[in-house]
Amino acid sequence: MLKFLSQFGRYVLLLKKVFSRPEKASVYYRQTMHEFVYLGINSIGIIAIISFFMGAVITLQTAYNTENPIYPTYLIGLGCRDSMILEFSSTISALILAGKVGSSIASEIGTMRVTEQIDALEIMGVNSASYLILPKLTATLIFNPFLTLISIVVGILGGWIIGPLAGVITSEDFIYGIQYAFIPYYITYSLIKTVVFAFIITSVSAFQGYYVEGGSLEVGRASTKAVVHSSLIILLFNVILTQLLLS
Amino acid sequence: MIKVFNIFKSFNDKMVLDDVSVSFEPGKTNLIIGRSGSGKTVLLKCIVGLHEIDRGEIWYDNIRFDQLDFTARKEIRKEIGMLFQGSALFDSLTVEQNVMFPLNMFSEKSLEEKIERVNFCLKRVNITNANRLFPAELSGGMKKRVAIARAISLNPRYLFCDEPNSGLDPLTAILIDELIKELTEEFSMTTIVNTHDMNSVMEIGEKIIFISDGIKCWEGSNNEILYTDCELLNDFVFANALARQLKSSAEKPANH
Repeated sequence: MLKFLSQFGRYVLLLKKVFSRPEKASVYYRQTMHEFVYLGINSIGIIAIISFFMGAVITLQTAYNTENPIYPTYLIGLGCRDSMILEFSSTISALILAGKVGSSIASEIGTMRVTEQIDALEIMGVNSASYLILPKLTATLIFNPFLTLISIVVGILGGWIIGPLAGVITSEDFIYGIQYAFIPYYITYSLIKTVVFAFIITSVSAFQGYYVEGGSLEVGRASTKAVVHSSLIILLFNVILTQLLLS
Repeated sequence: MIKVFNIFKSFNDKMVLDDVSVSFEPGKTNLIIGRSGSGKTVLLKCIVGLHEIDRGEIWYDNIRFDQLDFTARKEIRKEIGMLFQGSALFDSLTVEQNVMFPLNMFSEKSLEEKIERVNFCLKRVNITNANRLFPAELSGGMKKRVAIARAISLNPRYLFCDEPNSGLDPLTAILIDELIKELTEEFSMTTIVNTHDMNSVMEIGEKIIFISDGIKCWEGSNNEILYTDCELLNDFVFANALARQLKSSAEKPANH
């Protein structure tokens, strides 16, 4: 418990350093643009592929579990839409990004720590925490909601393509289903979750990397810890946010 | 001038620096020597503020550095250049971008002026046609020289070098030593070099501090080191046969 409190205290102090005034806005702006590409645009591919197959599988599973004349087939489309919006595009994508982006952030910052690059920044008078972490946070907080929207669209597209191809639903029924009883607030709920998850992934992973001590072995461990810790915290906050936002 | 008074530093109850007091003079190459694990890197990192001291005082001219907060330290750190043992060049930046980094952060120069300054610094350390290369494409000696170029890009008043010769062949090591000495004199910097390389001690050691087990045992110049009666220092300096020959040949004229 004491160790947890001590670690949490360090995490809060790190965030305080991260959100202090940047030395030079133009340098931070350039760095943020770089992170948009590195952490955001470079993640579109993996998110799109996974979302496509998630949407397809949700459609097939819903179809095979509702093979009953009482249920109208358009419910398959509705199920695919709501599953993607409410859970898969935000939470599952966040868990995937925790693996891809989180490990990358932890290993990048961890390597900079063990090779004294962070010390070099500090010696120059640069707030290393802010310089290294703030652009990543800004980039993920702004870009991840777009990734979620892409995931929703591609996921539903996956269901729409695979459902009729597998012969479990007609294209017309699927389209009718995804339009039926649509609640726009679900999108807001999904985006709020995405922003919180983006903050968790980036800050927890950066924390793990920033305080690495040792060598390459410790950097690897920090990378693993970043993924495990941020995934667990995402799952915990998923429950809390769902209760807060949907109750 | 950098002055250190009675500093103590420990890690997990292990005393690493024990009541060290020393002054480092401007325009001179000051050397901290000692065996591995003697506390010289910790001393250097305490002086630049990468480690907080337990007790004591650190002064940069008339400013007490150890009592400043991060923001106040920034002003002094803009006048510090440091060469790290592993060079610590930013992997994701080219040579040019590495040297330009402090200029981008802390100067209001135009891009043309910054490029001009970068080229001047790179030329000064004898690096040419490498602006577009990444650190991974450079040799060990080139990395050190680029790191020196980065360290001097903002015209620092204080230069710190942590084991500048580690991992270099003897010839390149001498070139780096000469470069550090020349730059120190040229820009009147207060230079502090951490080393256990005896060539460096004899070539550029205008002022030498010997540390053993966190205690300052001896202070003097490269000329005086040959005649010291400090046993620990003699064991360290004259550990090999060549150095012992040098000492005996230096002592002979004195005996006659």
